[in-house]
Amino acid sequence: MIEGLAAIYIFMLAGFTGYEIISKVPVILHTPLMSGSNFVHGIVLVGAMVALGIAETTTEQIIGFIAVLLGAGNAVGGYVVTERMLEMFKPSEKKNNGEGS
Amino acid sequence: METLIQVAYLIAAALFILGLKQMSSPVTARRGILWAGAGMVLATLATFMAPQILDSDQVSTNIILILIAIALGGGYAWYSGKKVAMTDMPQMIAMYNGMGGGAAAAIAAVELLKASNEAAHDVTGTATVADMLGADVAILAILGAIIGTISFSGSIIAWAKLDGRLNRSKLLPMQHVINALLAVVTAGFAAAIYFTNSIDTIIVFYVLALVLGIFITVPVGGADMPVIISLFNALTGLAVGFEGYVLGNAAMIIAGIVVGSAGSLLTQLMAKAMNRSVANVFFAGVGTDTAGASADGSEGVMKEIQAQDAGILMAFASQVVIIPGYGMAVAQAQHKIWELTQILTEKGVSVKFAIHPVAGRMPGHMNVLLAEAGVPYDMIYDMEDINADFKNTTVALVIGANDVVNPSAKTDSSSPLFGMPILDAIDSENVIVIKRGRGTGFSGVENPLFFADNTKMLFGDGQKAASELIQAAKEL
Repeated sequence: MIEGLAAIYIFMLAGFTGYEIISKVPVILHTPLMSGSNFVHGIVLVGAMVALGIAETTTEQIIGFIAVLLGAGNAVGGYVVTERMLEMFKPSEKKNNGEGS
Repeated sequence: METLIQVAYLIAAALFILGLKQMSSPVTARRGILWAGAGMVLATLATFMAPQILDSDQVSTNIILILIAIALGGGYAWYSGKKVAMTDMPQMIAMYNGMGGGAAAAIAAVELLKASNEAAHDVTGTATVADMLGADVAILAILGAIIGTISFSGSIIAWAKLDGRLNRSKLLPMQHVINALLAVVTAGFAAAIYFTNSIDTIIVFYVLALVLGIFITVPVGGADMPVIISLFNALTGLAVGFEGYVLGNAAMIIAGIVVGSAGSLLTQLMAKAMNRSVANVFFAGVGTDTAGASADGSEGVMKEIQAQDAGILMAFASQVVIIPGYGMAVAQAQHKIWELTQILTEKGVSVKFAIHPVAGRMPGHMNVLLAEAGVPYDMIYDMEDINADFKNTTVALVIGANDVVNPSAKTDSSSPLFGMPILDAIDSENVIVIKRGRGTGFSGVENPLFFADNTKMLFGDGQKAASELIQAAKEL
């Protein structure tokens, strides 16, 4: 299990990583990237699965069920819309470089 | 088995980071989402093997419930995500983001209810939630619960506003004061959860946090919505990271915090592009209190032009700069605009597209739509690159944009837009504005550009107007 200082290291390094990733992004990719990061926090699904998995009372099962339902919606929906948006960023035949703008 | 699951999570976390990295360049962006998707599938499958789930007394019921919930939630999201028009993408992202926040809040609810139940049955009789979970876990669980819940209800309001289902910008008088009080009371109940074992406290806390999310988001002006969605995206990431700590799940911590920090930076970039601080976005509410004051700032009449004349003007221009806004998206006019561009280019007119950083409902929203229509990247210019060029422009064609070309942002210090960088369309020889009607823009602020001497208004639906322009230009 992750505890104490080790967790703080993870928090810190993950924070820097996120900052670093987005600092060099062209404006044209802001919307897809926001959508992509929206998909990535869909990982909440695995936590929701555990929450429902350890549920013992009916109340806990109901809340856990809602958690998985919402988490799955976040993950799947986030993926589908991001994929659809990025699909349009295929390099065109004449201009095969999208770095412009 | 435990080790195997942790390795799967580690690989998933690496795939998320690499995927996001690739999404930051147009060339590799598509591969990026595929990698991140593979990470998600891997993490989800590994979780079915988790000992906490398999050792539960109700393992078979719970696994069936998990499968049903994934099928329902995932199925709905798959269907709605495939169906949604590109134009409506921002509110769809808001919706999915809200779902993630809700999931994080629900995870916290399960943990807190379990802990308060255990504490209530503890032999000492005075045990609290904090005693059961440990101080660090309890604090992060509660923080994740607040943030996740606000992100959940706030995102739903953002979705409703963008989807045109909710137009109110005020619920109560003195909204900001009430919000501040509500925030304090919610924080009080959050602290109370920590120090007691009362289930009622937890319920009241969640209700308050839900209402707080609604109250915070309702007064936010339409033009500020991109900032809010981005902020809620970052907040959901943070909540997911916190709940990851509660569950001891490294993949959730890493993915959540990466999104939290990336999202915070993106939010700041957006707010900066609009020359507003994030706090300002929450506490100002453009176009609600101030629209009346600035409405009398613009005088004069709008001059109309017919599509026929506008088409001729553009066909004989040396340079045309097209400024698209959300109106173009609503009218689905991007394909017609690209057709018009091709005709004008054939006639030797130099055509450029000028994109304001916050045009549309999100940064890059217009770029996505123009990419969909097939406009090559090298015709699309950012604000800094094109602004000096307006002086050499014969016709600036504004389609469905309003606030981003409003010169009062530069000249009128009483305007709520004052200080926001704008596209200097007004410097062009002629400005043609395609607009549905005479009303103000999404922010509700009057636009003096429409009354300027060199501006002509072409009233009508964006797509229809573009078709008429194509017709007029073709006939020459």
